[in-house]
Amino acid sequence: MAAPCSNTLTSFQKKTRSKLVSIPGTRPSVQNGQLLVSSGVSSLDYSFFHFIGSLLVMEDRYDSYSRMLLKYFLAEGVVCGHELFLASARDHPDDIIEGQSQPSDPENPGTMKIAWRYQNQPKVQTALASSVRFGHYYDVSKTMEPELRQAAKCHSFYQLQETPVTTGSSPLPSPYHALLKSIQTVIRKEGFDGSTPQSKVRNVLRLGIHSLGSVLWGDDVCCKDNPAHCHALTTFLYILRGLLRTSLSVAMVTVPSHLIQNRAVMGRIIRLSDTAIALESFKGSEETNPLYKDYHGLLHVRQLPRLNCLSCEVPDTKDLAFKLKRKQFTIERLHLPPDLSETVSRVSKTELAAGCGTTAMGNKHLDF
Amino acid sequence: MFPELNSILNSTPDSFKSSDFILVSDRRADASFLIHHHLSFYLRGLDHNVSGQGVSLAQAREKGQLVFLEGLKNSIGVILQEDTSQETQPLSYLRTPGAGLEGLFRFVERSVRQSGDGDAGESWGPPVLLIDDLSVLLSLGVSVGAILDFTLYCQATVCSELQGNMVILVRCEEEDADDDEEGSNLLRRGLVHQCNLALHVEGLPTGYCRDIHGQMEVWWRQGEETIYNQRKIFHFKVHDKGASFFARGTSSAVL
Repeated sequence: MAAPCSNTLTSFQKKTRSKLVSIPGTRPSVQNGQLLVSSGVSSLDYSFFHFIGSLLVMEDRYDSYSRMLLKYFLAEGVVCGHELFLASARDHPDDIIEGQSQPSDPENPGTMKIAWRYQNQPKVQTALASSVRFGHYYDVSKTMEPELRQAAKCHSFYQLQETPVTTGSSPLPSPYHALLKSIQTVIRKEGFDGSTPQSKVRNVLRLGIHSLGSVLWGDDVCCKDNPAHCHALTTFLYILRGLLRTSLSVAMVTVPSHLIQNRAVMGRIIRLSDTAIALESFKGSEETNPLYKDYHGLLHVRQLPRLNCLSCEVPDTKDLAFKLKRKQFTIERLHLPPDLSETVSRVSKTELAAGCGTTAMGNKHLDF
Repeated sequence: MFPELNSILNSTPDSFKSSDFILVSDRRADASFLIHHHLSFYLRGLDHNVSGQGVSLAQAREKGQLVFLEGLKNSIGVILQEDTSQETQPLSYLRTPGAGLEGLFRFVERSVRQSGDGDAGESWGPPVLLIDDLSVLLSLGVSVGAILDFTLYCQATVCSELQGNMVILVRCEEEDADDDEEGSNLLRRGLVHQCNLALHVEGLPTGYCRDIHGQMEVWWRQGEETIYNQRKIFHFKVHDKGASFFARGTSSAVL
């Protein structure tokens, strides 16, 4: 035990660091101190380094993988103890929540035998993983235990069960207006905008909105070339951004962008989100490119967040693909698999044979 | 504030051209770092006591140097609460996008005329109007014609009448055939016609590069010194503390 050195007492006191509130499931960004949360898919977190504000997911054609991303996002909220808000116009929010996956440990590939010369080489990182573990892994083959799921506070908004309200002078159609009001009410009531006093522990609100812009939301931007409500979706995203900026919340919004014909609208929707990614699934397409045979689809980065800083972090590579293994959904860098066929890097046998003169005919299987 | 950009544009916070309308635009890139430059440039020009690196916006706001209309936060009240009070008049375009931007212009006019009478009788000099970003109004349903009317009124008041400057950011999409009637490209073309100086930011035509983030085209309208419009292209790289600009082909990564 060291003796305390009392001879050098000074009145100097280090100023306590800024009041960075520690909220479960978040961590401050090293770039600008902003709070980041995990999206639920560790390889997605690694690609973008931030999840803050809003993430726009442009759905794949059958909405299978975008829906999965949404479930991961909500599951991560359950595990971190965040509050959830889920809005949907087609499937009932309860069905989406009940389909969440059970958290599990990451798969252990086990040690593999490898030639001793290569043992000390650094492993090629194809699966994107950070050295600092942020976020959890989920086993898609199991649904989340009811006790875990029910421990999370969840608000839902199911468009088909809402009574339409006349919105008076609002430029937004009734479903969008009602959804925004509902989000604002939750933010205010639960104090995510700091309006309630500090009696409660600060928490993050995770908003998930499924298939925004589809006809079930009362919007015709997905079915007409010149929609009557061409500004409804963009106005909605603008107001949503305002709500996210003034509260401790993050949002993941999926949009059936493959149905939107108007490219200008698509560009504006991307600009109004902080991060935007598009999923392109190979299901149902006659894609026979051997490069893609290990994957289920491609992930395109459309926009990276640039909040409170001049420049943004750009990932090393933009060629990303995803695959759904038996238990896990991962995002990887697109790379060529090792070529294990027999004909690789061998001169064609007939060429060799011809070079040896007339006696080569019987020795086709010998390689020189 | 980026010193290299000052030398390109031949201006310093102590001596810059007045009555200037500067248009900052981008296509599939982000030009908001240029707005950042102009904001600290003009604040530094007003207050010579500003030290080294930083310009404090909070202080500027308190002193009355900076009037800030935060459209995003105030718009929530207008749309969701259907607030029709006097304070929300500048954002009346949110309720009725078809009606134009007169409310917003009245707010700008009031603010720039008031800026001459500071608290202690000190005058801050000619006003500067900065808009970030004008193309959001297109997403909210305002027509291109209404926006161009608004900028024309602002130019007449701020630049011609009050000898101040205007800096506007417009973000564009790709040039597209079906974009002709209503779109950010049409808006940009109209604004280029009105402005004195246009800074256009785009990515490199060859694709993404880690060391060169893009190219910036500078276009000067003919003035007293020049008899023809001037156009120059520079490459730039944005980093945490600022941006560096260099002639094409002279990036430090290449040399």
